[in-house]
Amino acid sequence: MADGNVLAAPAPAPAAVAPARPGALRRLARRRSTLAFVLTVPLLTVIGGLVVWPFFYAIYLSMLNKRMTRFVGLDNFAFLLSRETFQLVIMQSVIFAVGAVVAKALIGFILAHVLHALPAKGQRKWRGMLLVPWVIPPAISTLAWWWLFDPSYSAINWMLMGIGAPPVAWLGEPGWARFAVILVNVWYGAPFFMIMYLAALKSVPDQLYEAAAIDGATGWQKLRYVTVPMMKNIIAITVLFSLIVTFANFDIVRILTNGGPQDRTHIFGTYAFQVGIQSGDIPLGAAVSLFMFPVLALLAVFVLRDVTRRSREMAG
Amino acid sequence: MAAIGGTTRREVLRAGVAGAAAAALAAPAVHGQAAGGRLTVGFWDHWVPTGNDAMRQIVNEWAQRNRVDVQLEFITSVGNKLLLTIAAEAQARRGHDILAFSTWLIHDHHRLLEPVDDVMGRLIGAYGPVNPASEYLAKVEGRWHGIPATSGSQYKGSAARIDLMKQHAGIDVQAMYPAETRLGPGADQWNWETFLRAADACNKAGFPFALPAGTFSDATDWIGALFRCYGAEMVDARGNITIRNNDKLRQALEYSVRLFQHIPNEMFAADDATNNRALIAGRSALIFNPPSAWAVAKRDAPQVAEQTWHFPSPKGPAGHFVPHLPFFWGIWSFAQNKPAAKALLEHLSQRDQVAKMVAASDGYDIPPFATLTDLDTWATVGPPRGTVFNYPVKPHHNAEPNIAYAPAPPEIAVQMYQQGIQAKMIARLVQNREPMDRVLAWAEREVEGFKRG
Repeated sequence: MADGNVLAAPAPAPAAVAPARPGALRRLARRRSTLAFVLTVPLLTVIGGLVVWPFFYAIYLSMLNKRMTRFVGLDNFAFLLSRETFQLVIMQSVIFAVGAVVAKALIGFILAHVLHALPAKGQRKWRGMLLVPWVIPPAISTLAWWWLFDPSYSAINWMLMGIGAPPVAWLGEPGWARFAVILVNVWYGAPFFMIMYLAALKSVPDQLYEAAAIDGATGWQKLRYVTVPMMKNIIAITVLFSLIVTFANFDIVRILTNGGPQDRTHIFGTYAFQVGIQSGDIPLGAAVSLFMFPVLALLAVFVLRDVTRRSREMAG
Repeated sequence: MAAIGGTTRREVLRAGVAGAAAAALAAPAVHGQAAGGRLTVGFWDHWVPTGNDAMRQIVNEWAQRNRVDVQLEFITSVGNKLLLTIAAEAQARRGHDILAFSTWLIHDHHRLLEPVDDVMGRLIGAYGPVNPASEYLAKVEGRWHGIPATSGSQYKGSAARIDLMKQHAGIDVQAMYPAETRLGPGADQWNWETFLRAADACNKAGFPFALPAGTFSDATDWIGALFRCYGAEMVDARGNITIRNNDKLRQALEYSVRLFQHIPNEMFAADDATNNRALIAGRSALIFNPPSAWAVAKRDAPQVAEQTWHFPSPKGPAGHFVPHLPFFWGIWSFAQNKPAAKALLEHLSQRDQVAKMVAASDGYDIPPFATLTDLDTWATVGPPRGTVFNYPVKPHHNAEPNIAYAPAPPEIAVQMYQQGIQAKMIARLVQNREPMDRVLAWAEREVEGFKRG
């Protein structure tokens, strides 16, 4: 039953009767590509309705004036670039996304190796526990972090005071506030990297390590010349995916700092909401939210091209 | 024929014919009893649980009497759900007939809102003028596009500890603002300088005033009132930026720097709940807030609630302005049953209905008319009895409700409000220790950006 055509094949006709020629429509319905298309229609509809249409609508909105009565081309983008606060938002979004993704990748990489080295029996338990931050909806876990960062009533400051250190205004000082929002994003996202890297580690053939050992490779050399090259594709895809998601983050900053103090933690998502929805300038908000799209799209093209090239090389 | 808040039942019925005809196309399940048509309403989901019940009862009574099929929904403002609902309906040009609109949203959407001059004309005729802050927010180019709502409207005057203020600052807040229609001794001296001395004394005693200075509305509202008390406008009513060479603005900022020497640094990241928690936990002697903090304390920390007294925020050299955050009811221009919508909103604004809402919310809700601030609830709620008597701005306070950044044109003011420009100026001066001129130059550049059309 591997061939989908079998399902639609007509019953054998008596030898005396010539089989009827199926119509063009029936032939089309029999083709496997047609069936595949029909099966993906619901998904395509959802993507079209919730991703493609809003995306193009956002592009359209970003080219209107504030009252949405006039086409202004790229004026909104030019205006944004001239604003001091938006320049700050660009810088902070880059710090937030790049800082968080690098930290998540490093922590995920280390955790994956630690888990991989554990005996199989205990590994599942640890894997489950380490995945917990990723499983909890971020809006809820961020609220818990918000309590932890509360300057007056939090457990963190209580412990600090317990050892004689002064309490820290975690969300009130610009530097600490930036650290706090990145920390929460790393806490939430590192398990995703861990599980992806663990899967990649498990797929590295043992023979490669055995060959490396015979050649006298040290642990560092095995990591550098065996593990990392074998994981390159998954690292590239994970980092790209996480970078896109982190640039689009909203809930963590919104809950912890609302972009403050002094706009020092605003990122594209929170600033777009403040400008577009709260201040009633939807075109400008749309422009803010689309700002990183060309950069990320270009990055995605290059990274995915490299991944495809490497996959072909490995297959060859 | 009995009039429903100025609109006759016959008018509602007549309107209902059109409304029912239109609604029947999309919703054929209009019952025979609903001769007044169908009306979809989205009201603000009240913080006080009994607030919704009172509203539902009032609406149901009206609906039955006028045979209108009312679909009533309470939409929470938590997670900005109400804000997002309004934005979505404005984009889609369909949705509820009536929605509750928070502070700036009437101006934002006035092109899609039905003018309600007829309703407001009758209400003003019956109850006198609407407070200036509500008029500024609901009247666009001389026309009313929203009806100032009682439900959800609030003041953010002082909510102070009677014992702590007496013990550490030497101020008897109960005597200063007694639960009577008169000012007590010391009320004439309740200004921002007195306030600063009290803040200093209470901070030294370990009960600092919890005054937020972030970008949430509690911060923006009290700082806006403070600046207005000093006459420190940043943009005038015609839209001119008045930041450079503005001595009053400098005066307000210099005062703020002095005040924040006695306010915890953490308040620069405070949200709208931080100040409430500080009061309820017994760690603060004063906050600027409606009686919601007191109401929670009544349940969770009764010893704190019993010592909490509400009265106006201080006055300044340019006047006495008290933070006000009004809510509005608006009718979409694409609403299906506009006459019934107008009739319902007019009914809700009548004294009897207002009294029910105020009573259900323990005095939290504020009507837009000064003549309706004499309701019994504010005199009787407690403990301590009369704690919210001076919560609404009453004629004898000689104060004016204020919305931050007024009288700037609202399309500019809303951006300054949402970005918390005044609070950021204070933070730059206090936290970053930036020179005044640099802070003023920064603010001027920011505000220039808000003027784009």
